[in-house]
Amino acid sequence: MKSLSERLNEDRRRLLMERSVPGRIGTTLPPLDVPEANLPDDHLLREKLEMPEVSEGELVRYFSQISQFNFSIDHNFYPLGSCTMKYNPKLNDELASLQGFTQIHPLQPEATVQGALKMLWELQESLATIMGMPGVSLAPMAGADGELAGMLMARAYHLERGDTRRKNVLIPDSAHGTNPASAAMAGFDVVQLASDSNGDTDLNALRAAADDKLAGLMITLPSTLGLFDTNIEEVIRIVRDAGGIIYGDGANLNAIVGRVKLGDLGFDVIHSNLHKTFTQPHGGGGPGSGPVIAGPRLVDYLPAPVASRTCDSYDTESFTLSRPLKSIGPLGAFHGNFGALARAYAYIRTLGSQGIPLISIDAVINANYILSQLRGHYDLPYDRTCMHEVVFSASTLKRSYGVSALDVSKRLIDYGIHPPTMYFPLIVDEALMIEPTETESKETLDYFIEVMKTIAKEAEDDPDLLHEAPHYTPNRRVDEAQAARRPELRWRQ
Amino acid sequence: MVDDTFQSPYVPNTNVDRRRMLNAIGIDSVEDLFTDIPARHLNPVLDLPPAASELELMEYANQLASMNKAPGDYACFLGAGSYRHYIPAVVRQITGRSEYMTAYTPYQPEVSQGTLQTAYEFQTLICQLTGIEVANLGMYDGASSMAEAALMATRITKRDRIAVLDTVSPRYREVLDTYLQAPGLTVTTVSPNEVVLDEDTACLIVQQPNFYGYFEEVDTLSKMAHDNDTLLVVSVDPISLGMFKPPGEYGADIVVGEGQGLGVPPSFGGPYVGLFGCKQEYIRQMPGRIVGKTVDTEGCTAYVLTLQTREQHIRRERATSNICTSVALIALMSTVYMASLGKQGLRQVAELCYHKAHYAASLIDRIPGYYLPMSGTFFQEFVVQCPLPPSEINKRLLDHGIIGGLDISDQVPNGMLVCVSELNSRNEIEGLASALTKIGARP
Repeated sequence: MKSLSERLNEDRRRLLMERSVPGRIGTTLPPLDVPEANLPDDHLLREKLEMPEVSEGELVRYFSQISQFNFSIDHNFYPLGSCTMKYNPKLNDELASLQGFTQIHPLQPEATVQGALKMLWELQESLATIMGMPGVSLAPMAGADGELAGMLMARAYHLERGDTRRKNVLIPDSAHGTNPASAAMAGFDVVQLASDSNGDTDLNALRAAADDKLAGLMITLPSTLGLFDTNIEEVIRIVRDAGGIIYGDGANLNAIVGRVKLGDLGFDVIHSNLHKTFTQPHGGGGPGSGPVIAGPRLVDYLPAPVASRTCDSYDTESFTLSRPLKSIGPLGAFHGNFGALARAYAYIRTLGSQGIPLISIDAVINANYILSQLRGHYDLPYDRTCMHEVVFSASTLKRSYGVSALDVSKRLIDYGIHPPTMYFPLIVDEALMIEPTETESKETLDYFIEVMKTIAKEAEDDPDLLHEAPHYTPNRRVDEAQAARRPELRWRQ
Repeated sequence: MVDDTFQSPYVPNTNVDRRRMLNAIGIDSVEDLFTDIPARHLNPVLDLPPAASELELMEYANQLASMNKAPGDYACFLGAGSYRHYIPAVVRQITGRSEYMTAYTPYQPEVSQGTLQTAYEFQTLICQLTGIEVANLGMYDGASSMAEAALMATRITKRDRIAVLDTVSPRYREVLDTYLQAPGLTVTTVSPNEVVLDEDTACLIVQQPNFYGYFEEVDTLSKMAHDNDTLLVVSVDPISLGMFKPPGEYGADIVVGEGQGLGVPPSFGGPYVGLFGCKQEYIRQMPGRIVGKTVDTEGCTAYVLTLQTREQHIRRERATSNICTSVALIALMSTVYMASLGKQGLRQVAELCYHKAHYAASLIDRIPGYYLPMSGTFFQEFVVQCPLPPSEINKRLLDHGIIGGLDISDQVPNGMLVCVSELNSRNEIEGLASALTKIGARP
């Protein structure tokens, strides 16, 4: 006998094709107002089209109901390390939604889209100033796309110098998976670089790998351990002296944006995740935006297009898109994710010169506050000042009570908090990476701390409670193994 | 020291909160938290404009927006990979919900069923529309989808040559070159009448309808490819599939294309959604995020990201792709669009575009000096050979309140690629013909 909540759930799980009734329509179109042309030959036409037939109200109710199954920033705290789930300002959406921005076609004559081009140029200038590097391309459509661009730029740089032996890219063992994947797509061999016991790059390992086959280094600063490499200047000097390119993964920029310029430290090229540091909404997985910013060595290789500004003799400015001299080429059909770029632009303008440097201050205070309050309750593999995120470990809980990082994460859900990043970086056992961001209040942090302490106690008193968490969501723990074993990837009749 | 008198509306911390937390941390000054950063580089000068209030910023943004000549205010006949179609109000309403917009990647399925179930719907509808067996959650755009399809074909066949029809979008071709420059693969351009495939050809890439709007003989091309054990990659215009035979029905191994026409405004080029689907037997080589159906510990239906061992967060340098994004929000717009238009509406939209484009073509063909150089079946785009350079024509068309077609004179002498959709009324179409007549009469 099904319970009421089970039946309610089942009802919400019916898919569009299961809700369809022949004849229902969701919208209307105007009648044809021109003479009909001859239809093409039958062999070109389709005979059958299987698509939903639902009314507008049914569609709205269905999508509205299941939206309630989601956590989201507007509803929940997301302490996800390296994701920077900060608040998405509503002004950004409003600005990006102006008809003069949403309706314009990417291939219109440039004279008819000067407002859009001006905005792109201003955004480039802002990012160049913030990063301390002269060249910007807004074309990459995600962080990984930016990484691919940077790697292809490094490749082009070495090829132009006839340096065909340079096949190795050094990547720390704590790096995000996209780093080695991007390097591989750019034709490089990935050499893993060890971190030392302090969480910094192991200088000896680096020196050993800095030979004439070194194409470059990909490094995240601060690292995915939330630590600012205390040897960064030496690291960069070693790579540079060996002839390699220094690539910066900007995923963790929230810790240092406005406080230090990566260009000043010696980076050759970096990407920035606008959906992290610059508040572009995550959208449930995308779209993203990953502009790439280059120093003097690589600026000519930027992906197309790049916006530029010229002034005529009357001081009238005009803007244009062009392809840098030795560009690696375009990454997408058009100019990048303009809708996302407009949002980042709005955010940077809202904060301005006064607000940008304050981001990292509050991001870092908040993370260190959590560190100080949870020290002793969870293992702290690197007990030193962290930056915008702190990595704890559930190792002791695992050993003592059989409670894993996964269990802790799923129990957080019962308290209305999205789990932190788990099992990453790979070099920390039972890792829990916590990044509060600067947009959370002390009250929220205190609630989170209280909950984490409670869960640590629950681990001792009642581990099964945690093994079976979450308890109150529409679904209990999901069987991921079955989904991979017997893939069912679409509805079928 | 930074200016701590500035209060951002997005940061709840006041100096009182900061002081309390610094005390709890056990330090005196916030600068103690930044001692790992080389001191001489700390607190650089930031040459940014001062903070703007919401009111000031919107005023400025409105100025920028009004500097643009937007379709809607102007009649527009541009296509070439980005298409204007009517977007029902329900699309914005649903996708604007913060439960969808401000949610994260659904790594924790128990709190992401909204995102996951709607993603499953997207996969289902794309499969039904294109006739392909499985589809992923979307790539960045149609061009990068095509490039990833080429890479996938080389992995499956273990061959290193890509054949591309010369009627594929030149912009897509450039992106293909960007992606293929490193792996050491060769790209051969072939004409539809002279397709040459050899034992090294991994795939044949076809755009249907092609860049110029016309249909290729895909049955012949499909047979040719498969006789050579070459995979057939087809890039589609999803709106055309409301009427035309889907690639799954003529043997496509991999289907890609630009999903933007399904409910996404032109947005000056992005964000869009790259469609990507393939035959069941190739799933494990497919890039991108995929959602699968499963159950939870109580046997209730649930959805979850699956087959993740293909992906970068697990396989790292041996992943099928470096992609981490799933453009979920844009895919959601397409899903709502497809559900709203539905079985009848999708067919109707395609037919409206078809008939209107043919009406426009017939009017233009009759204007002295204008000529349609290509023959065959077309959908919503066609090529016009003009009496003047298209750049000149387009300049004058603006004075008539019209944004003209794409200047493709680098491919066809004085060629213009004209696109007509259901948004172009009869008045607009006749207005275009009349303006072209006037312009042609006075070169």
